Amino acid sequence: MSAVADNYAKLQELGVEVLSVSVDSHFVHKMWNDNELTKMVEGGVPFHMVSDQAGNIGKAYGVYDDNMGIELRGRFIIDPDGVIQAMEVLTPPVGRMFAETVRQFRAFQVVRASKGAEATPAGWQPGQPTLKPGPDLVGNVWKVWNPKMEK
Amino acid sequence: MADEPKGCARVTGSVVGEGPPSAPVSPAPETRKETAVTARVGQKAPDFQAPAYFKGGFTNVKLSDYLGKWILLCFYPGDFTFV
Repeated sequence: MSAVADNYAKLQELGVEVLSVSVDSHFVHKMWNDNELTKMVEGGVPFHMVSDQAGNIGKAYGVYDDNMGIELRGRFIIDPDGVIQAMEVLTPPVGRMFAETVRQFRAFQVVRASKGAEATPAGWQPGQPTLKPGPDLVGNVWKVWNPKMEK
Repeated sequence: MADEPKGCARVTGSVVGEGPPSAPVSPAPETRKETAVTARVGQKAPDFQAPAYFKGGFTNVKLSDYLGKWILLCFYPGDFTFV
């Protein structure tokens, strides 16, 4: 969570707004922000920390764990039309890689800007060539992309 | 944005269109409707509204208020956990 807060400016440059959700009350969110996160992130958490005490939102997104009464680490990328473009769910002990989230936003934004005419291959990084699916690409992906291009 | 949550009531997030989870005057848990999982890639994100903490204040967040923007929606196990 603090990783996202710390990199918030990068997300803002991409036109991305952040919402974090847990089963803690908004009062607890305040205490966590004021007493701990402000020590890790200058100025504290810059986005809305949403409270979902009954787990209703988590259930709708398939990340609520009934046994533990918590929400699993779920990360969703939602486009400007309100459509989910990506989701990743991890069990609690392992944190996410922020850079991969940024890469996916960049990739989805390229695809959206092309109105679906372009696609990004595995390992694609911003600035690298995209694929243009169509009759000419069938059987010819090897000419423009190979697995070794993924670093 | 709706009004901020008032007072000490235990408020929670709710999925928009599920009807208010309020007024549990005569609790009838056996009739309580389970929220169905509807989140899938390529599908509309389930809309929700919920209380939130934001920069020193309490507010209400509604996902559909953010239409037109890219959203990073992050669930996590809990405040004061370690990862």
